[in-house]
Amino acid sequence: MSERFFPDGMPQPLADSTTLPFWEAAAEHRLVVQRCTPCGHTRLPPAPVCPACRSTESDWQEVPGRGEVYTYTAVHRPMAAGQDLPFLIAVIALEDAGGVRIISNLVDVDPDAVEIGMPVELAWEDMSPDLAVPRFRPCAGT
Amino acid sequence: MSQRKAHIVGVGETPYARWGKIGDVTEHALACQAILRAVEDAGLDMDDVDGLASFAEDRNEATFLAAELGLPALRFANMVWLPGGGGGCAAVGNAAMAVETGQAEVVVVYRSLCQGQFFRFGSGGVDASAAPDPAPPTVQAANSLMLASVGFVMPYGLLMAAAAYALPTRRHMHLYGTTSEQLGMLAVTFREHASRNPRAVMGGRPLTLADHQASPMIADPHRLFDCCLESDGACAVVVTTEERARDLAKRPVEILASEQGAPQGYGFGPFSNANVADEIYATGGTEELANRLWGKAGVGPSDMDVAQIYDHFTGCVLMQLEDYGFCKRGEGGPFIESGALSWHGGSLPTNTHGGSLSEAYIHGLNHVVEGVRALRGESTSPVEGAETCLVTSGACVPSSAIVLGRR
Ligand SMILES: [Zn+2]
Repeated sequence: MSERFFPDGMPQPLADSTTLPFWEAAAEHRLVVQRCTPCGHTRLPPAPVCPACRSTESDWQEVPGRGEVYTYTAVHRPMAAGQDLPFLIAVIALEDAGGVRIISNLVDVDPDAVEIGMPVELAWEDMSPDLAVPRFRPCAGT
Repeated sequence: MSQRKAHIVGVGETPYARWGKIGDVTEHALACQAILRAVEDAGLDMDDVDGLASFAEDRNEATFLAAELGLPALRFANMVWLPGGGGGCAAVGNAAMAVETGQAEVVVVYRSLCQGQFFRFGSGGVDASAAPDPAPPTVQAANSLMLASVGFVMPYGLLMAAAAYALPTRRHMHLYGTTSEQLGMLAVTFREHASRNPRAVMGGRPLTLADHQASPMIADPHRLFDCCLESDGACAVVVTTEERARDLAKRPVEILASEQGAPQGYGFGPFSNANVADEIYATGGTEELANRLWGKAGVGPSDMDVAQIYDHFTGCVLMQLEDYGFCKRGEGGPFIESGALSWHGGSLPTNTHGGSLSEAYIHGLNHVVEGVRALRGESTSPVEGAETCLVTSGACVPSSAIVLGRR
């Protein structure tokens, strides 16, 4: 099991057949974005149609899991019992992902030290054997 | 067509109360009360009403209300899809389209909220005080588009509106140097307006900038007083044709234009729109809508005498001021600091009822009510001679707006 950052009682993702492959890859610690097969446009959250070319064909591109903070908020209300506060929600602009941004959390960082533009990298959290959640921490050495 | 131009001829509301304070009257009974009062205000009879309109997530379906209210015939039953309060002005716009096209003669737009009788908005139904579920988390089935959208970000704890709308606001602060004090001035200004409004839930609670700065942080940069109230209550407005409006009890207010919509990829706003174009992320998402609205109305921001701007969070008001062209992009903070929004000599007295921050959170339909009162000279913070008013609904989510005018 990975390091833990959030309590077991955190809200769980609700998936449908469009979004489930994202979580199946996450369970294997692979961060994926959806990629349109004909035109290559990448997208998150997963959706049934490519907004660029309207194709319904897509595959999943594994991305390196580095990026920078696009925006963030420090939340002072718990979403689960026993949760450390504040916790950080951020939008991360991913590198090498076709320009896709992902909503996630920042961990292992003092909320007062967070800045827009800060480089971050993946920090997987295994909530259970069935569920891993991609979170982000400041890049080592920054 | 001019004989059928849509006007608002009646407004009404129930008393407003804090979240959970109305427990002995059902939400739909409150809706009925507000509708009855608005129709009475118009000088119309309930037998004249042949249309009902509301907006997203309304639990109080028009068809049931029509039966309860004894409408002789329901010719127009309409609900807008824009989420949360985003569709309030769109519901008025749809009512206007219905009467202008002859689909109906008298349409009542309504909103009732008794959130204490349901789960708390923003909690996602999650009770953080409860012991964690002993079963290990798994991925569960999302059985609606809403759940698929919110469900994708739930494991990050993104459930509270205060957190979601903090995201574009934080980026606005980064890009333009917008400050918490500037946001606080909005809250202080609207509270001051509420002080004269006997309907305002927070009317008797003065607020200073120091109070704002000392209030607990909810989701940075949103402090408690950056967040709208959670309220119980209902309100309604009556829309009919110019021809009908002429003979009624109160001075009719013309709906000069209405617009609704969202930019590409906007979805459920900051819960799901992290990939909208960079140039619209730190905005209210309403600039294009605003341009269409002004074009249709034949007036512009400098022509507005007063405004009622949807205020779920202070930052969303600030970004709308830029979207609607009251100031340039990035200059919302200094515009607020200039005192422009104040009833005391401001160039654009805004939320003269106190808004959702200080009057009540009725998903912004109370802003339409106030817009009408402002142009009738009935506001408790009256703007003398006001002839034009912008009303907006939602922002940072799919949104809508109307321009009201009187001749
Ligand atoms: Zn494509």
